[in-house]
Amino acid sequence: MFLEVLSLFPAGIINGLMFGAIYALVALGLTLIYGVLHIINFAHGAMLMLAMYMAYFLFKILNIDPYVAILIVTPAGFVFGYTIYRWGIGKLSGGRDQNILLITLGLSIILENSALVFFTGDQQTISLAYSYEAFDLGFLYLSYPKVISFVASLAICLLLWMLMTLTDLGKAIRAVAKQREGARLVGIDVEHVFAVTFGIGVACLGAAGCMLLPIFYVDPYTGNIFVIVAFTIVVLGGMGSIVGALLGGFIIGITESVGGLILGESLGQVGISLIFILILIFRPTGIFGSKV
Amino acid sequence: MTFSLKTVLLILFGLFSAALAPVVISSKFQLDVLTLIFFTAYIGQSWNILGGYAGQFSFGGVMFFGTGAYTSSILLTSFGVPPIIGIFAAIFMGAFLGLIVGYLSFRSGLRGSYFALITLAFAELLRVLANSVEFTGGGVGLFLTYAPGLHNLQFNSPTGFYYFSLVLLVISLAIAMWLERSRFGAQLVAIRENEDAAEALGIDTLKCKVYAIMIMGGMGGAAGTFYAQKYLYIDPPISYSIALSVEMLLVTIVGGMGTVFGPLVGSFFLHTVNEFARHFIDTPGVSLIVYGFILILIISFLPNGLVGLFRKKRKKKDDNDA
Repeated sequence: MFLEVLSLFPAGIINGLMFGAIYALVALGLTLIYGVLHIINFAHGAMLMLAMYMAYFLFKILNIDPYVAILIVTPAGFVFGYTIYRWGIGKLSGGRDQNILLITLGLSIILENSALVFFTGDQQTISLAYSYEAFDLGFLYLSYPKVISFVASLAICLLLWMLMTLTDLGKAIRAVAKQREGARLVGIDVEHVFAVTFGIGVACLGAAGCMLLPIFYVDPYTGNIFVIVAFTIVVLGGMGSIVGALLGGFIIGITESVGGLILGESLGQVGISLIFILILIFRPTGIFGSKV
Repeated sequence: MTFSLKTVLLILFGLFSAALAPVVISSKFQLDVLTLIFFTAYIGQSWNILGGYAGQFSFGGVMFFGTGAYTSSILLTSFGVPPIIGIFAAIFMGAFLGLIVGYLSFRSGLRGSYFALITLAFAELLRVLANSVEFTGGGVGLFLTYAPGLHNLQFNSPTGFYYFSLVLLVISLAIAMWLERSRFGAQLVAIRENEDAAEALGIDTLKCKVYAIMIMGGMGGAAGTFYAQKYLYIDPPISYSIALSVEMLLVTIVGGMGTVFGPLVGSFFLHTVNEFARHFIDTPGVSLIVYGFILILIISFLPNGLVGLFRKKRKKKDDNDA
């Protein structure tokens, strides 16, 4: 029995890596927003859900492949994020961080229930022509969508990393993250940079939503599933750390899939909340505590 | 404890009219709505103790409710313990859970958003556990039999449950009034206003916060028993629902955090909004959208809630009189 489970491990790990890359992308948006703005975006899950719906309707109505839709949903996510920060959250915030947490909680309630009203509570899935084609690795079939999602997620993480390290915008964002008053003094439009960062964070969700759709389902509450996961990855990797988010994503992806093999589907989910609690209690700076 | 004559009269009047309400209100539906309002106000008050007075916001307050519901229900179905005793076990388990969660999180210095999120994670953890183990009935849930009687805390008319919720509400208001007049309450407020300063003044902040979350836990535990005996069915998604965690903070914030009557005012207001919204557009989700906007507006423009609005006006009036 034990050996049987053990022989499933490589498959579990690879499956975990596939999901982990998408998790990382979701967490990346969250950690970026936290690292620069020092706010926790509780509406992150709800925004992911909206991105998934957008990809869903692009597919259903215009027959656009979700992986192509990345090119549409990602910029849309940026515009949405920029707008909602610049003329919403940014204006209303100020004061204690709990207040921003509550404002984003209110936002997530609004988004979730608007989805419920307009899109109904039914679970939606899509099937692509190549959904059931897979690579045969001998011990495991890897479906095309999973592999594409994995590669695309890594590519987007790399792009984001390049944006942060190689461009002037990235430099400005890092400057604001380190010293917002200093950044203001050298002429950086801090409010603009905040909104851009928020926009980039939501843009990550746009991409992640497109990649999740072919391998998952969407309903108004899908986001909730990913909120705790994303927060866990972020505290695991260290709040504000990009590399941490990537590694944390893989760790959580593997934990979930291997934990599911050992403990069974339902108890396997305990792992994520438990890791979250243990990390917060024993090492709140995360394992890779570097900053943006 | 001293109260002004006006306060005493107001309280007596409130109690008197609440006690007489079932005589005047004949509609079962309206009485049920009132019961729900009192219940939400009660559970909001439990959140208010820790969130409003001590300033420690929890996003997983439902964990005490669920644990209490399971405690008395399992005692009843598996051991035949009547809920009138079971409710005390539920209070104990809720407080005990509060002790564990509070000690673990506060001892590690978790504050603000981090504390809010860790309570959410605890609630999720318990939900998954309740779903996976045998003795909670797993995903199938627990069915309770309907056998009206005081020992079962079940009643054959809505009036019985109305009085049950009224008793809970009155107890919660008494706890809040005691807090406002006690040394312990002042210590909690000091922690809320400036934790480091409170610590420097010699307040044992860890102990105070743990006591506060234990009170919250005990109150939540009793609420769980109430729910289980009224609706006769619990399962993990009901017992550990994020929606209830949100509702208890919502009514408190809207009504006014750190005030005795905030949760009650908020509960009245939001349930009225709910009935109105349902009257005009009967689609699930519409009233919650309105709640979301109300939450954002209150946080941004009325940090003291509706009660604060009333107080401000009264103060202005007093100033004018003087």
